[in-house]
Amino acid sequence: MSMFNMKKDSVSYRAQLSGISPEHKDYLHRVRMEKIFVRVIQLLIFCTALLLWEICANAKIVDPFITSQPSRVLKTVIRLYVDGVLFQHIGITCLEAIVGFVLGTVLGTLIAIMLWWSEFLCKVLEPYLVVLNSLPKIALGPVFIVWIGAGPAAIIVMTLAISLIVTVLEVLNGFLTIDQEKIKLVQTFGGTKFQVLTKVLLPASYPTFINALKINVGLSWVGVIVGEFLVSKAGLGYLIVYGGQVFKLDLVMTSVIILGVAATVMYQGVVYLEKMLVKNKT
Amino acid sequence: MKPVVEVHNVGMKYQSLNGEITALDNINFSVNDGEFVSIVGPSGCGKSTLLSIISGLIFSTSGTVFLSGEKVMGTSPKIGYMLQKDHLFNWRTIYQNVMLGLEIRKNVTPSTKEHAIKLLRTYGLYEFKDKYPNQLSGGMRQRVALIRTLVTDPQILLLDEAFSALDYQTRLVVNDDIYDIIKKENKTALLVTHDISESISMADRVVLLSKRPGTVKNIYEINLNCDNRTPLSSRETPEFRHYFQEIWKGLDVHV
Ligand SMILES: Nc1ncnc2c1ncn2[C@@H]1O[C@H](COP(=O)(O)OP(=O)(O)OP(=O)(O)O)[C@@H](O)[C@H]1O
Ligand SMILES: [Mg+2]
Repeated sequence: MSMFNMKKDSVSYRAQLSGISPEHKDYLHRVRMEKIFVRVIQLLIFCTALLLWEICANAKIVDPFITSQPSRVLKTVIRLYVDGVLFQHIGITCLEAIVGFVLGTVLGTLIAIMLWWSEFLCKVLEPYLVVLNSLPKIALGPVFIVWIGAGPAAIIVMTLAISLIVTVLEVLNGFLTIDQEKIKLVQTFGGTKFQVLTKVLLPASYPTFINALKINVGLSWVGVIVGEFLVSKAGLGYLIVYGGQVFKLDLVMTSVIILGVAATVMYQGVVYLEKMLVKNKT
Repeated sequence: MKPVVEVHNVGMKYQSLNGEITALDNINFSVNDGEFVSIVGPSGCGKSTLLSIISGLIFSTSGTVFLSGEKVMGTSPKIGYMLQKDHLFNWRTIYQNVMLGLEIRKNVTPSTKEHAIKLLRTYGLYEFKDKYPNQLSGGMRQRVALIRTLVTDPQILLLDEAFSALDYQTRLVVNDDIYDIIKKENKTALLVTHDISESISMADRVVLLSKRPGTVKNIYEINLNCDNRTPLSSRETPEFRHYFQEIWKGLDVHV
């Protein structure tokens, strides 16, 4: 029994932490200052852009009727809120996006598992997958509306159509790149195909899932907005189309900004989920 | 004494669209209870194939393998297989990794759990049981992999270049460690390696395979003159060099 250098390492590491050398302190200070500096610049850019936008619109350098302006956006938000429709619109769009996102990820993973399970099925379905993957799914929008009816269901199906195939291919590819030797290891213990799936494939594909989730967050918003453009009577996509049609650019800008915030929040949610899981796994 | 492993006229042909590859041809040898046998041979001569056939993961196209007199028809709990890399799952703790085989065999009981803990304790890994594999050194990981194999209580260990992923110094130490464990636990072992020195230092017998299609070219009985034999002390015996030269000649390497 020999190598306990691991343990020694961690001991000396701790010793370092208690007595931080001046050089290290300096280094940490520099890193922190740089971080603060970056944040300040970011904030500055944001404020300057808003301010410029506002000033240019006020001075009629740009036409606020076409470009809108921050103060009008704020007013529009307040008006929507007072009318009691703000959260209704945000809510329905977010709901559609989340349902489409979850369905796309779950169904996509299930289909990928099926294709991995049966190599024969995978070979048979390959050309169909290629066609479906290449096809711009938005072209199917009118079909969904006729089949399903103009409502949230059609929008969710649209979202699903956009994210499903990508998920299938991403996850399946993840499965196929897993080290065959790891699978062999399970087999040496007499493991069944199902055990290979649960003991190796699914846990090892964890980074793939996170990746698929990140891609799907973006795609599901595309699906939802396209869906709402086509059919809806409510939601942010509806507000954008409606605002465009009646030339209320304030409404359009406001909706786009809210959309940006909502999509970012959802993406950050996935990032947060990833961090939570990683914390438990290393 | 009845042999634990009997390889009888085993041949293996792989089929592919580009044609047929004869990996093994008419292999015969046997391993006795408690014996340590090394298999050496040039790259691609079918060593891994041979172990896979013995383990029941794949089936030979001719001939038969017997384990304690029974024909091999599939994987068997009698066999523990160690692969080239440790393949510890980095999403499992050391303890959970060690339990993998028992989980797969649906044999997680208080007594097997205790056995796992006991092995971890005996081989100096108990305090690392809740750590993750990437927090361990290469040698420790290899020991964990061995314990993962040992908890399922196999009678025969198959080691396929189980040390080749380690650097030279670590490898010598792990050789000693693992040899010690195998002898203490009274296992029969079959080690595949590229390394002639390693094969001699650990084995009671060395089986030399020819280049593809692999056949048994020679079998060397290793008799070293030392008390308390360990792989490291074996390397210092006068006979060691003699065996090395003989096997080296037998390998017939051209560069
Ligand atoms: N699944 C397979 N299908 C087709 N040919 C195979 C397959 N597995 C191995 N072979 C071929 O059989 C021969 C023996 O392979 P094997 O891996 O058993 O050799 P090896 O002695 O273990 O080689 P190495 O020393 O490189 O590990 C090789 O030529 C290899 O290309
Ligand atoms: Mg090999």
